[in-house]
Amino acid sequence: MTDPIKLYPAKPEKVYFFATCLVDLFYPDAGMAGIQLLEREGIEVLFPQGQTCCGQPAFSSGFNDQARDVVIPQLELFPGDYPIVVPAGSCGGMMRKHYPELFAGTPWQDKAENLAARTWELTDFLLNVCHIRLEDQGEPVKVAMHTSCSARREMGVAEVGPRLLGQLGQVELVEQARPAECCGFGGTFAVRHPEISEAMVADKTEALVAAGAETVVATDCGCMMNIAGYAEKNRRPLKGQHIVSFLWERTCGHGGEGKA
Amino acid sequence: MSLAPHSQEVRHFHPRVRSALDNPQIRSNFRNAMDGLMSKRQNAFNGWDLESLRDLGAAVRLRALSRLPELLEQLEDNCSRQGIRVHWAETGEQACEIIRDICKARDARTVIKGKSMVSEEMELNHFLEAEGIEALESDLGEYIVQLAKETPSHIIMPAIHKNTAEISELMHDRTGTERSHDVAYLTAAARQQLREKFMKADVGISGVNFAVAQTGTLCLVENEGNGRLTTTVPPCHIAVTGIEKVVEHLEDVTPLLALLTRSATGQHVTTYVNMISGPRKADEFDGPEEVHLVLVDSGRSSIYQDQELMDTLRCIRCGACMNHCPVYTRVGGHAYGTTYPGPIGKILMPHLMGLENTQDLPSASTLCGACGEVCPVRIPIPKLLQRLRKESVDGDSLRPSVVRGHGVKRNWKERLAWNGFRWLFRNPRRYRLFGSLLTRFRWFTPSQVGPWTRYRTSPKPAAKTLHQMMNERTRGGAR
Repeated sequence: MTDPIKLYPAKPEKVYFFATCLVDLFYPDAGMAGIQLLEREGIEVLFPQGQTCCGQPAFSSGFNDQARDVVIPQLELFPGDYPIVVPAGSCGGMMRKHYPELFAGTPWQDKAENLAARTWELTDFLLNVCHIRLEDQGEPVKVAMHTSCSARREMGVAEVGPRLLGQLGQVELVEQARPAECCGFGGTFAVRHPEISEAMVADKTEALVAAGAETVVATDCGCMMNIAGYAEKNRRPLKGQHIVSFLWERTCGHGGEGKA
Repeated sequence: MSLAPHSQEVRHFHPRVRSALDNPQIRSNFRNAMDGLMSKRQNAFNGWDLESLRDLGAAVRLRALSRLPELLEQLEDNCSRQGIRVHWAETGEQACEIIRDICKARDARTVIKGKSMVSEEMELNHFLEAEGIEALESDLGEYIVQLAKETPSHIIMPAIHKNTAEISELMHDRTGTERSHDVAYLTAAARQQLREKFMKADVGISGVNFAVAQTGTLCLVENEGNGRLTTTVPPCHIAVTGIEKVVEHLEDVTPLLALLTRSATGQHVTTYVNMISGPRKADEFDGPEEVHLVLVDSGRSSIYQDQELMDTLRCIRCGACMNHCPVYTRVGGHAYGTTYPGPIGKILMPHLMGLENTQDLPSASTLCGACGEVCPVRIPIPKLLQRLRKESVDGDSLRPSVVRGHGVKRNWKERLAWNGFRWLFRNPRRYRLFGSLLTRFRWFTPSQVGPWTRYRTSPKPAAKTLHQMMNERTRGGAR
């Protein structure tokens, strides 16, 4: 049936930060930008050193046993009753939507449901829980936004990115053709069906270039890696950046981290 | 017409995909058609509380499915009372035989057909032709596809893969129609050719959109009038449908119809909505003397056994999932090699053909969720795709696989890869060590990583992991 209405919590004193393995290993500056944005909002950020991966790659490939074994230790990492904030719609969607399915009928069901209910996508949390106000410090720039399919459809945050970017006076958000269409990443899809994936990312990249964007800011590093990697390989004039890196850079005057 | 049986086609998914992607005509025909259909759907639901209507549609279908065996019996009783003869077929082949026997009993030589996907599923036309009975498709798209000796590439718009020029050429070749790019001219020519066939046909065969149990009514939705001609002009009408199409009350049809036509073609209502409740009565001037209903199982009752997979049977065959699917839009319907293409095909065909014959389909999705978002009866298509992926590799020891052909994708290489993934990520210390090694030797990571870098550059590991950065911060006495 219809998705349940999201009930945002009051702004908490502390949050847990779940970085995701892709951010941890490849785009840590995006993670750090997210942490700094939260801290600037007066929130203490707890970073459990035991965190690894949300388990999604195995889960979406059908290897539920392996996914479960990866997730089980993670279920213990967030004992306090604080929100868990994730800088990715995709991993956030895994935790919020799929953990309860994965652990239904198992001894971990309650823990999985508890964790799921506390999981928030980072930009959604910044806008709708922290009520962040951004002061743009940067030069005029044209960017396009790519909201990942999981951010859009699983986490329901399609409006959030554009609203955050809308707070930045010098940033022009350009309109692309078919903004809601998938970029073709799809995790292991990109290597199982590389030709279809290429057709999709080619169209996405061309739509972004045609819109006149210099940079595509994305909710998820997976999509960003896909689009920016395609643009680089094919010498298309488009950079990718995680949205929180972009927001931090624009409002702090330093950074530039996270560029692909 | 001679087409390879489905099972042989599907194994060649990848080459079909490649050839579709390399065909600019296919690419643009589908892209343009799907863009048009998406915007028509959106406009058609303007001003509607679509989410509530979808809730209602889903509820109606769920209610019907929850009482399916009982409703089917009720349907049979009520149809029989009104003079519709009801037949049950466990397989597509049995259904073909039943239809053949009805035709033979009437000495029928020619059959005219309205659009029916279930008849495509059971390859009825081939069967009848082998028995010496001519079967002619009367839906314009189906007619074109039949002329071309092809199969439908879309469940609502069977010939959507062809543009006007291709259709003109085809009609010229097969029927001698003068070449023209004027759609109205071509349509009129086809109409003329078909009209004569309607008058001569011994039997009309149609599908069913909704079969109403309580009233024994067969609802048939169409735009060309061919459905009405098929079901009223020939002396005998055979309606054929999957057993899942039953609904409880006549009132249930209202929300489903509102959803179906808008989701499918963006129409508020189709040109024709036929409600058939029996053969011609003594005091009536027209209609067939005989009406038959063939209820086809063909794997559906095995889907019905599983609480989760059962949602597949909610489908009302609107095609919105394929219209919105970024994969279908790129590769078109024929690449799937199955009767039902697109997202619904990916979740339905493995049950009808076995996973062994559809093994590439569940993975051919980014799980973007566009299909689930538009499905008028809220079938959780991405979730079912995920389920079939699990079944393909027998990937869940807590929940045994049940789908025919499960485990077909099991192989030691992939198992080894995911066991490696588990080994690395289930142990935080091991993972952190891996992270620090990866960052230390970041310049040694390969620049070519399989199919990924065929089309993209590969990302470089960072100089420091976030774990390391946060660890240093804590130890450095920062906040």
